This record gives sequence, structure tokens and C-alpha cells, in this order.
Amino acid sequence: MNTDAITLTIDGKKIEARRGDTILEAADRAGVYVPRLCWMKDLLPAGGCRVCTVRVNGRPQAACTQPVAPGMVIENDTEELRELRRDLIDMLFVEGNHFCMFCEKSGNCELQALAYRFGITAPKYPYLFPQRGVDASHPDVMIDGNRCVLCGRCVRASRALDGKHVFGFTGRGPGKRLAVNGPNLAATDVAAPDRAVAACPTGTLLVKRVGYKVPVGRRLYDHSPIGSEIEPQTPGK
Amino acid sequence: MAKPKVATTSLCGCFGCHMSLLDIDDRILQLVELVDFDRSPINDIKEIEGQVDIGLIEGGCCNEENLKVLHEFRRHCKILISVGDCAINGGIPALRNMVPLEECYREAYLNGPTVVNPAGKVPDDPEIPLLLDKVYPCHEAVKIDYHLPGCPPSADTLWAALVALLNGKAPELPYELVKYD
Repeated sequence: MNTDAITLTIDGKKIEARRGDTILEAADRAGVYVPRLCWMKDLLPAGGCRVCTVRVNGRPQAACTQPVAPGMVIENDTEELRELRRDLIDMLFVEGNHFCMFCEKSGNCELQALAYRFGITAPKYPYLFPQRGVDASHPDVMIDGNRCVLCGRCVRASRALDGKHVFGFTGRGPGKRLAVNGPNLAATDVAAPDRAVAACPTGTLLVKRVGYKVPVGRRLYDHSPIGSEIEPQTPGK
Repeated sequence: MAKPKVATTSLCGCFGCHMSLLDIDDRILQLVELVDFDRSPINDIKEIEGQVDIGLIEGGCCNEENLKVLHEFRRHCKILISVGDCAINGGIPALRNMVPLEECYREAYLNGPTVVNPAGKVPDDPEIPLLLDKVYPCHEAVKIDYHLPGCPPSADTLWAALVALLNGKAPELPYELVKYD
């Protein structure tokens, strides 16, 4: 028996975890899906989107940043948290310009997949239709700012995995925007195979000339919801 | 007992959702058995004639006429459904929401590369409905009871929703029938 092993409960189910795990990592290993958006494997968690919010001993915490501790009592799949997550996803939809019907990422988009999983048919907040820019200056990669949810995955991946510093943020609050290290994307050292480009959960960062390659019906989330790769079995969920 | 009545309309849409309704194939014969159609582009009835059980709205609201029709549907329909992405989020027409209205008019009637308009005037005949400042989703104008997303929603989605409603149930769609594209 591993001395580092500790036990905690998620939604009443006892699970084993390793000291040093985050709640999200421990849940993944136990086959419990905690919805998440700004989290990505191989990157340090940012705790930015709050979609992975769980209640730990009654207090809301981001599961992607909170380390496990012995005896933790965690609530994950409760009506209250489902509603909170639905609202967060709703807000991400209305504060950007998400035109799924012609987006290259549709069917493979994590934001859309979360909305599908939560059964969202229409947002409850009014659409903002903000002014956002498109940067198609680079020969192989483009940015469509209309679809950016400011998750920071490209920012972190560019630094930590590509050893570059292509992406960053400018502005604050409602004015916060994705920015690149140069006057435009063509002036940076970004390349199509960069992990940062693939890190984008939405259709903001796209490799050119590969759009719609996978036909409808064979895309990632056409038949099974996001998270079903973690859950042991989710028939009909 | 009289059959339930269904009315449909296309506001600022492309009729793609109506095409999807026709795409239920031979089930349309069952549908005709099950319901009577009030106002709809399918039978070309232009005004709602009475109380309607289910109203299907395709398209969002881009002009004052869309709003008028939408309000008329809301007044006459027990259950009103937004069908398709345009009704739910404005859809393709809402791409103009990021451009000032004046600029849209200038591009469409004066400066566009294919425009021939010797008078150099934006059409202002009172018969032409005035554009709204933005394209609005239907639920931002009236209460909408259910939403069927998709561009268009698949024939199976429309059929499943109609069958549920005709059986007095809320349309709870399985995972594969809720899609935004």
C-alpha cells in the first residue's frame, strides 16, 4: 500500500487519491468527470474559467488547482453546481460571437461540447455581440478573436510546451483580449504544429486549409458527450 | 375532437428550417393526420386564423415586420418554439450586429462592389419594413417556451419535439439531437 495514498469522497463515493494530486486529477483517475475548460493535460492549471468548481467541505473551490487532503468531502454533480457551470458556459457564449453554424471547430469544440453536455438549447443571458478582430496575417495559422474565451491555454502552452512566448493578454475586465508577441501573428514565430495552436478549446486558433476535414457524424462530440472518455460508462447521458 | 393546430413562419431566416421540417420524409403523412396547419409557408396562409397549439418560429428579428409577426404568433400560440440558430441567437444575419447600421446600408445600397444605384439613395419606401438596430433572438423579444437549436435542426429533432408536444410532454431531446450546426 502506498503511504502517500489518502481517501476522500466525491458525491458520497469513496475514492483513493495520491498526496499532491489536485481534486481534478484524483477524480479523473477514479473515473469521475469534473467539467473543465481552461484545464489542459501537461499544463499547470490556471483556475481561470471556474467551470470545474466543486464544493470542498461546503466551500466552493476550483478542482483543477485545489490539492487533495485526507477525508475531504467533495460535491461535484449536484444541481447547484450544474446550474453554476451552465451559467458560466452561458456567459461565455453571450459575451463572444460564437457562430457555431459555420465554425471550423464545430463538433470538436470544447465550449460547444460543454453546452451539449449540459443540454443548453438557448442561453438565458442577452447576447452582447462585441467587436472583436480577426488576424489572418500568418500563412498557416489564424486567430478569430470572436471565439476567444480567454482560457489562457495557448498562452501557457506557448511558454511551457513550445518554449516560445507567442501569446499573452492585454487589457483588463471586459476589455481583456488575447494578444500576440508582435504587431500581428505573421510577425511572431508561431508555427502550425505548435502545441499552443492545438491547445485552443474553441475555434479561435486555427490551422489554415484543414477546416471541415472531419465530416459531420465523425467529429469528437457528435455522438458522445465531453467527459465520457473519463467516466467508465455513461449510457445515454 | 379537433386536431391540434400548428402554425409556422420564417422571420429573418433562410427557410432552411422549413426544409428540414419537410425532410421528415414520409412521416409528413403522419403529421398531416395528427395536426392541422394554420398560417405557414407550407400552405401559404398569410394570417393566423385562430388559436394555435404549437407555433414554430424560424429566424430572428431583423426588422419591425419580424417583430410584428412574432408578437402575433405569441398572442395566438399556446406553445411557441424557436426553431434553429437564427431564432435562438440571430444566426448568420446577426453578423451585421458588429457593424453600425448606417455602414450596413451604405455597403448594401451605395458602396458595395455589385451595387448599381444611379439615384444614390437608400430605398425608403414606407412599404419596406424598417431594420432594427440589431438582429435579435426571438427570446429577447417575447417569451419562448422551447428552443430547438441547429442550423438547421435535423428532421429527427423536429419530429421528436413535435411528437413529444403532441403527447403533452416537454420535448426532452437525447444528446445526439441537440446540435448547434
